[in-house]
This record gives sequence, structure tokens and C-alpha cells, in this order.
Amino acid sequence: MAEKITVMRSQLGRARGLGSAKAGAEHWGVQRISAFALAPLTIWFVCSMLSLLGADLPAVTAWVGRPVNAALLLVLLFMSCHHAQAGLQIVYEDYIKGTLRGVAILGTKAITLLLGVMAAMAVIKLFITAH
Amino acid sequence: MKDVRDAQFIAKATDGTLVRRPLSPHLGIYRWEITMVSSILNRITGVALAAGTLVLVWWLLAAAAGPAAFALVQEFLISPLGLLALLGWTAALFYHLFAGLRHLAWDIGIGFAKPSLNPVSWAVLAATVLATALVWAVAYMKLEG
Repeated sequence: MAEKITVMRSQLGRARGLGSAKAGAEHWGVQRISAFALAPLTIWFVCSMLSLLGADLPAVTAWVGRPVNAALLLVLLFMSCHHAQAGLQIVYEDYIKGTLRGVAILGTKAITLLLGVMAAMAVIKLFITAH
Repeated sequence: MKDVRDAQFIAKATDGTLVRRPLSPHLGIYRWEITMVSSILNRITGVALAAGTLVLVWWLLAAAAGPAAFALVQEFLISPLGLLALLGWTAALFYHLFAGLRHLAWDIGIGFAKPSLNPVSWAVLAATVLATALVWAVAYMKLEG
């Protein structure tokens, strides 16, 4: 190892006011943690959908009625929506400039929140119907 | 210039004329490499999966709404367009999963060795094709067999 680096940021970068806005790490972490959770959930989801192939509504309802399935579905929905809005935000930040960027980010957050909660309510309704 | 940061994108070409520096994805400049394809596919499949999640939301809402709505979504899913969407969804899901695991490995410092970059990029693609084929083979056998 060479000498210890204590300041990663150049003085020029500091003078120009560039660099971290002090808020990027949390977003980065959220995306990694949701990704880590989604990896096994994805495998479970694909296997579940395969097991439900050709199933009619009563069979699907009974499947959601099992607490483990309902719980994993809710977690999958939460993590998917969280991960999707975080990922789409990065895409917007790369390609959209100006006011539209903020509109797109907040709009996506609103839509994913609404759809996620709606789908979660559907899961809860199916769970109750099954019992 | 609307933003002071735009000033940093202004440069002089060798003949002295002012030019605007290119932004990051200057795809027209580089020769296509599998690592580029790999990175871009991860973003494209991610966006596609956000759209794919809408199908899951629709499916759950329809199941909760009742038999008529559920019959409609099932009818769409087995239509040619629905099957194509499901096939694309499966492939996108597996690609984003495998590429995502690769990203998580990068985050803990694994997988940066230069000789491994191209083979692992291909391996992610191959794993996607294999996993997608496996899922659809199982689905076919279950429904037809």
C-alpha cells in the first residue's frame, strides 16, 4: 500500500461545489438491500407461478390463503416497488434534465406506492377470502 | 448554458473551435463489447421488469375482484401477446437476477479481475437462456404432458 489517503476529493472539485450531496449513500444502500432480498424472493416467485400454472381462482385464493405465501407475496411486492422506483430514479437522473426529472421521480414514487399498496390490499383480500 | 455546471462540458477542439464534451453513454464512439451489452441489458431489463410488475399487480387485483376479472387476465396471459410478454418477463427477470448477483459480488470487491469480465458477461447471458428455457420447459410439460 502507498501512503494513506485521507482526502479523496480534489481541491478543484471542492471549489466547484461538485461531489457528494450527502444523500447518495442511502439510496445506494436501499437498492443493494432490496436486491439482496429480491434474489431469493424471485426464485420463490418463479417456482410458485410454475406450481400455479393452469390453476383456477379457488386454487389461487387457497394458495394466497397460506400465511407463508401471503407474507412472501407482500414482501415481494414491497421490495419490488422499492427497488423499481430506486432503479428508475437512476435512469431518470441519467437521461432527463430540468424540472421534468423531479416530476418523473416523484411521479414514479407515487405510482409504485399506489400500485404496491393496491396489490398488497388484493393479497390481503384473497387471504381473508380463503379463510 | 442554463447551469453553471454546463461550463465544464465546454472544451476546445484541436482546431480551436469550441465543442461540447460528450456525456457518459457515448455509444457511437466505442466498439461494442460484451461488457457494454451486459451493463445496458441490466438497465433495460430493470425497466422492463418495472413494467412486468404491472402484470403481477393486475393479476392480483383481478383475482381479488372476482371470477370475471380473473378470467380476463388469464385469457390475456395465454394469448399470443400475453405469452410473448411472459416469455420476455421470464428472460428479463433471470437476466436482472443474475446480473444483479454479479453487481452484489462487485460491491464486496469480487469479480473485478480483467480476464473474468468478458467470460462472466457471457455466463450471465447463458444462465439467463438456460433458466428461461428450463422454466418454459417445465411449464410446457406441466400443461401439455
